[in-house]
Amino acid sequence: MNAASDPGPALLEVRGLSKSFGTLRALQEVDFTLRAGEIHALLGENGAGKSTLIKAVTGVFPRDAGIVRLGGAEVAPRSAKAAVDAGIATVYQEVNLLQNLSVAQNLYLGRQPTRFGLVREAEMRRRVTALLAEFDLHIDVAEPLGNYSVAVQHIAAIARAVDQSARVLILDEPTASLDRHEVEILFAVMRKLAKRGIGVVFVTHFLDQVYEICDRITVLRNGRLVGERTTAELPRIELIRMMLGRELAETTSERAATQARQAGEVCARFEDYGKAGYVAPFNLALRRGEVVGLAGLLGSGRTETARLVFGAERADSGSATIDGAPVRLQSPRDAVAHGFGYCPEERKTDGIIAELTVRENIVLALQAKRGLAKPLSRAEQDEIAMRFIRMLDIRPPEPERPIGLLSGGNQQKVLLARWLATAPRLLVLDEPTRGIDVGAHAEIIRLIRELCDDGLALLVISSELDEIVTYSDRVIVLRDRTHVDELEGEAVDVSNILVAIAAAGTAGAEAGQA
Amino acid sequence: MMQRLLQTRGLAQIIALLAILAIDRAVSPQFFDLRMQDGRLFGSLIDVLNRGAPVALLALGMVLVIATRGIDLSVGAVMAISGAIAASLADTYGLPVALAAALGAGLLCGLWNGFLVAVLGIQPIVATLILMVAGRGVAQLITEGRIVTFTAPDLVWLGNGAVLGVPTPVVVVIGMLIITGAVVRGSALGLLIEATGGNARASELAGIGTRAMILAVYVWCGLCAALAGVIAAADIMGADANNAGLWLELDAILAVVIGGTSLFGGRFSLALAMVGALIIQAMNTGILLSGYPPEFNLLVKAAVVLVVLLLQSPRFANAGAVLGRARQ
Repeated sequence: MNAASDPGPALLEVRGLSKSFGTLRALQEVDFTLRAGEIHALLGENGAGKSTLIKAVTGVFPRDAGIVRLGGAEVAPRSAKAAVDAGIATVYQEVNLLQNLSVAQNLYLGRQPTRFGLVREAEMRRRVTALLAEFDLHIDVAEPLGNYSVAVQHIAAIARAVDQSARVLILDEPTASLDRHEVEILFAVMRKLAKRGIGVVFVTHFLDQVYEICDRITVLRNGRLVGERTTAELPRIELIRMMLGRELAETTSERAATQARQAGEVCARFEDYGKAGYVAPFNLALRRGEVVGLAGLLGSGRTETARLVFGAERADSGSATIDGAPVRLQSPRDAVAHGFGYCPEERKTDGIIAELTVRENIVLALQAKRGLAKPLSRAEQDEIAMRFIRMLDIRPPEPERPIGLLSGGNQQKVLLARWLATAPRLLVLDEPTRGIDVGAHAEIIRLIRELCDDGLALLVISSELDEIVTYSDRVIVLRDRTHVDELEGEAVDVSNILVAIAAAGTAGAEAGQA
Repeated sequence: MMQRLLQTRGLAQIIALLAILAIDRAVSPQFFDLRMQDGRLFGSLIDVLNRGAPVALLALGMVLVIATRGIDLSVGAVMAISGAIAASLADTYGLPVALAAALGAGLLCGLWNGFLVAVLGIQPIVATLILMVAGRGVAQLITEGRIVTFTAPDLVWLGNGAVLGVPTPVVVVIGMLIITGAVVRGSALGLLIEATGGNARASELAGIGTRAMILAVYVWCGLCAALAGVIAAADIMGADANNAGLWLELDAILAVVIGGTSLFGGRFSLALAMVGALIIQAMNTGILLSGYPPEFNLLVKAAVVLVVLLLQSPRFANAGAVLGRARQ
């Protein structure tokens, strides 16, 4: 935190940067200053302009106006590669490396050490091993990168960037898909880099992490600069006010209100439902008007449970009943026909169809459910799209915009709309607030409650324990692909969940048999 | 301004077609002349439509396959099979049987391709390569290595006759375009195909039966190819298993790509694929009329394709916008 009290010389200076897409003014005269050796959080709601700022600085988009100086000299990279050559490297949330190449090949792609024109594989592996060791990462670099976790891939991407003599390192949502331990490793790497004098820009939605690691904070809102502060001098409530431009209603820990709710009758029941090598058989009853949370570490079987329930994986044991009648869920199509909906964790690869419009993305599941022969007329589609755009406050409110151009939070709302349009009985939400800013976050949590009050059954997965405690009536705790515990009523709180996750392995075995 | 114009859907293709027609007119002054003879229209323009019919039919099936992020290399071979069947049966059993058998064969070919791609999950380019190679062999077996000729007048009419002055092949293409358009855009099929091609995983999770969708487009593609094969055979009153439909799969793919449908699937346009087929045929006809040796055809085609694709590319449009701004 030294850099905070001692503003060093500016390393990266952005002045008066503007960028428009058509009529949308994504950035308006934004200033941003990064000093050497500091970790600087770039914060803002979805659509605030963080990604646009990064992309305009690194030459992914041409900028309309403004200058960028690196170490005092003006730079105007015309591509991401030119930015890297100039010393500004970016690691995005979705790691831009090649899954099928080895770790070593990825790190030296395009600059492999050669002798007589041949790539020196062994030399490359030795160097990469040494390089990753600096980041306390000891892995077999000859293995394909895709074999490693997202955290390792992130560190590999960072190592590659830093090794290419980066002076500025921009990390866009690097922790979004990491668990706590992996975040620690990443933070250690970031601190190490800052100590070397590299300026680190950290884009995130996790405010805890901002206060844990950042020296300074810059906040954007609606494409404009709101302000720059040192972390030490910015109370959290003030930060949230800067980000939202309004007082944030208390979003956390309203357990009392949640508990008052009366759960309805069971609408879907799964007995001894499981798949060998995927999730141990579990019993799960979902009631109308009830939110069931699935808690556990990454890889504990939460997503796997959701996929079984939705028919995306076929169960090989147990039975499922809906309103007391036995059903077979062989495919998502079956599940949709029975009134299920599923918002997957990976929005980009499993959720949105990027080139189709918001309207088309919204009506897709309803159309699939109605079948080919009953097309929704254009007027019906427009009506449905506008209804949900208004109801969920999707921005920009343009049904004909390709969904790929929307921010993550708005994409998530479109996916919610896709399922709400089918009037489902059960909605499965896998990490509904991941990669979404504070404002949309609160909105989605509010939506979850409203849906529940309308009699929908909800099964929600989240890594945010605070969040899960806020909206869940019951919480099922998973560990090692087994449902190990169930908390209800008064027992639903963060510390109980942690205890259940951390409980000895024997408890897991018992619950698995139960 | 230029940027917005270039990005208007279909404009690049229409401009290209008009430009090629204008060039055709320049090399052959009678290009736009039409005359009526024996109840059928004649003229270079009609020739473009008539000669372009087989590729247009192939493109009609291919555009749907490509929209699902697939490709069908076997359409040329399917043409050879269906042509051979129609030619072998027409004189003995009459047109209805010959046509039904030929189209049935196309349907089976499509089912085979669809099965390999949708059910077994084989990459489309490899899956259809199998039939591309084997299909021509099947066609040669049917014709026993000879060129089978026929005289059945109703089959001849299919290739050489006319309806209200319009050559039958052109009528068939228009009919198939209307049917395909009605099926695809009249039902939800178009949207679901675009969704499947845009993101198959997400579409599956949205409850779309993506396998059935993929199977269906290959079947339709096989059917279109069979019809093209019958028309090509009817045109020359015979079936040549070695040469019928040879390399036409590439023209069909080209027509689709010129029509703005990406090989990565998603958005597609039937009408623009037809315009693509016309662009290709307008070039072929123009080069023939110009008196240049047909060898030039391939080079000119390549050049024109390059220009059309450049006009469509967003980067090129951006470059145009930057140039426009620089000039101000």
